[in-house]
Amino acid sequence: MDWVFRNSGLVLELTGQHIVFSLVPVLIGLVLAVPLGWLANRTALGRSLTLNVAGFLYTLPSLALFVFLPPIIGTRILDPLNVIVALSVYVLALLVRTVADALDAVPETVVNSATAMGFRPGWRFLTVELPMAVPVILAGLRVAAVSSISLVTVGSVIGFGGLGKMFTEGFQREIPQQTISGIVLVLLLAVVVDGLLLLAGRTLTPWDRSARSRRTAGRAV
Amino acid sequence: MERLRPVRLLALLAVATLGLTACGGDPLAGGGSDSDPNVIAIGSGNFTESQLLAEVYSQALQDAGVQVEEPVAIGSREAYFPALLDGSVDLIPDYTGAVLQYLNPGAEQTRPDDVYRALQAELPPALVSGAMSQAQDKDAVVVTRATADRLRLRTIADLAPHCPDLVFGSGAEFATRPDGIPGLRETYGCVFGSTRTLDSGGVLTVAALAGDDVAAANLFTTDPALPENDFVALEDPQENFAAQNVVPVLAKRKASPAVTGVLDRISAKLTTAELLAMNAEAAGPDKPALRTVATSWLARNGLLSPAP
Amino acid sequence: MTYLGWLFSSENWAGSAENPGIAQRLVEHLGYTALTLLIALVIALPLGAWIGHTGRGGLMVVGIANALRALPTLGLLVLLFLAVGLGLLGPLIALVILAVPPLLAGTYSGVANVDPSIVDAAKGMGMRGPEVLFKVELPNALPLIIGGVRSALLQVISTATIAAYVGLGGLGRFILDGLSQRDFPQMIGGSILVALLAIVADLLLGGLQRLLVSPGLQQRGAQAGPGRLRLIRGGAGTDRARAA
Repeated sequence: MDWVFRNSGLVLELTGQHIVFSLVPVLIGLVLAVPLGWLANRTALGRSLTLNVAGFLYTLPSLALFVFLPPIIGTRILDPLNVIVALSVYVLALLVRTVADALDAVPETVVNSATAMGFRPGWRFLTVELPMAVPVILAGLRVAAVSSISLVTVGSVIGFGGLGKMFTEGFQREIPQQTISGIVLVLLLAVVVDGLLLLAGRTLTPWDRSARSRRTAGRAV
Repeated sequence: MERLRPVRLLALLAVATLGLTACGGDPLAGGGSDSDPNVIAIGSGNFTESQLLAEVYSQALQDAGVQVEEPVAIGSREAYFPALLDGSVDLIPDYTGAVLQYLNPGAEQTRPDDVYRALQAELPPALVSGAMSQAQDKDAVVVTRATADRLRLRTIADLAPHCPDLVFGSGAEFATRPDGIPGLRETYGCVFGSTRTLDSGGVLTVAALAGDDVAAANLFTTDPALPENDFVALEDPQENFAAQNVVPVLAKRKASPAVTGVLDRISAKLTTAELLAMNAEAAGPDKPALRTVATSWLARNGLLSPAP
Repeated sequence: MTYLGWLFSSENWAGSAENPGIAQRLVEHLGYTALTLLIALVIALPLGAWIGHTGRGGLMVVGIANALRALPTLGLLVLLFLAVGLGLLGPLIALVILAVPPLLAGTYSGVANVDPSIVDAAKGMGMRGPEVLFKVELPNALPLIIGGVRSALLQVISTATIAAYVGLGGLGRFILDGLSQRDFPQMIGGSILVALLAIVADLLLGGLQRLLVSPGLQQRGAQAGPGRLRLIRGGAGTDRARAA
């Protein structure tokens, strides 16, 4: 570990980059997944279309996707945008399903009561259905965030920054300490982000401390 | 989810394929986005020496009050030179012979001064080079001491008759460069039995040569791994590999006198021995961060203003 | 300029001694994948079956499978290169490490989730422990086990691509070599091949799943709750972890 202390400046900088590069896609993916998940939940055609495309995208190996993207989105091969878009795609593919499932699981009686109380569909979705779906979405979000944190490192093979640089540099210069530190930092970051999301979920859904949250969290395994 | 039916899958693939063929530009043409007019973006190859030199340039420029972006290790010359041309980066540490050959594959010059002069003529109008340093880091065909003794090798010409029986290891770009495998074939008539793609003068190549996975390999003359492993760099009497003096190549629009002044002062101090020493320090037991190695070299050579 | 020409050139498929072609790289990639899966199955199947059958250590399996989701593949490959040097051994260990958890989790949860009344019935019929495991629990667990195999397979195909970085052959070579040689058609061609390989492998296993699993079980699976369904389809679905 003393390698980390001797090079703390570099390590901090890479960690900072890593946080941005891995979590921005999670945010983008989440924001896009909610309307798409809603769509998937509304119509049978929307469901089969979104979920099939999501399943297909998720099958693509990451290194291949990083390379696919430039001609499709018009970026250059070393543009950091490629990795951000690729990871957003994975997060989206994962969350669209989760959001659709989560909305499915909102009890019909609750939706009906809200309608009876005079909620219009749009407002009802935002204030009733979506909050009710938060625990399940959050379980998916945790998986997405953790995968994303680990996946960013693959980008460094084709010259992208973040903690993956600890691996490519550790490799080039044969520094096991740097490689191990990189692995430990990635795992640590994943644990911290996972914990924060768990905490955020608890705070967001004070009504949901019963067995249900435990059950849904376990289901996403 | 529903299973993906083959028909649907084919449709998806067809869409993806259309997306791929429709686009004509060359995505390998560059690195990041276009840079700020007042900031110098520094790039480098993805090997230690190039990254070290990029750090040296970066810190010296910063010290002189020039705004710089953190150096990015981009990859092979085939990847970073286009990035320099399209303005993704503004400054790259490079080697005279390699740039010359990249710009003009038919270039014949091999002596340091000839190469440098020819380079000035070949550089695209948007680029300029600083003064070249005395420091050279040449491509070499390298074998183990045991192989050299067994086959009595001193030069690449000695190796040529044995090439068909040997496995050769190098980075992927060496296979397509004019002075790489094609050059060895033309200049020495050396056609290797088979080749193994490893990395460009990096750990994989060193490990493969040391472990006898390959019998000969492309490494660089300032690599500390050569003396460490008692490898033999074969002489190149036909001058297949041109002179390779370290030289900064930069965008003309960023080449202010302040910038070129700093770069020229660095080139004046940089010798092959200094380069070897820097590489050795980076490879030393402490494995210091490259920026640390660069700082201490600059300080030793009086190229940093004294700390306040 | 068309990127796809590279893929359809017979010259590129055949290659040469100095420049291995697509055919050889494809065989290499398939070889690494098959070898890894074989080793991982030999480790994970008995262990998962035993844990599922006895119910001991189940939490640990789930915990490890979750933790490994965060393990950066590239770091593991580099670390193993530094530890064991150049060659197949390092990447193979890394691939097996990544393939075992989904197989273990699939086998364990498959066996552990067999309807207790079925197990009771089997015992009532006079079956002994091993008999219950082989004749009742394992066939019933097959959907989840194959789900685990699908996850593992995709993981291995992806990661074997990255392993080109530490000197391995396979299709990843085209992506990395294309980058070094500034040959974008080669890079995109390699990427398409890897993606196709992943998709075809997943479809084949999906077909195998339908072929092997007893029809009665498929019926039951379709009626079971969403949690169970999701696990069964874990292979192609989006619940599986992505590490590469």
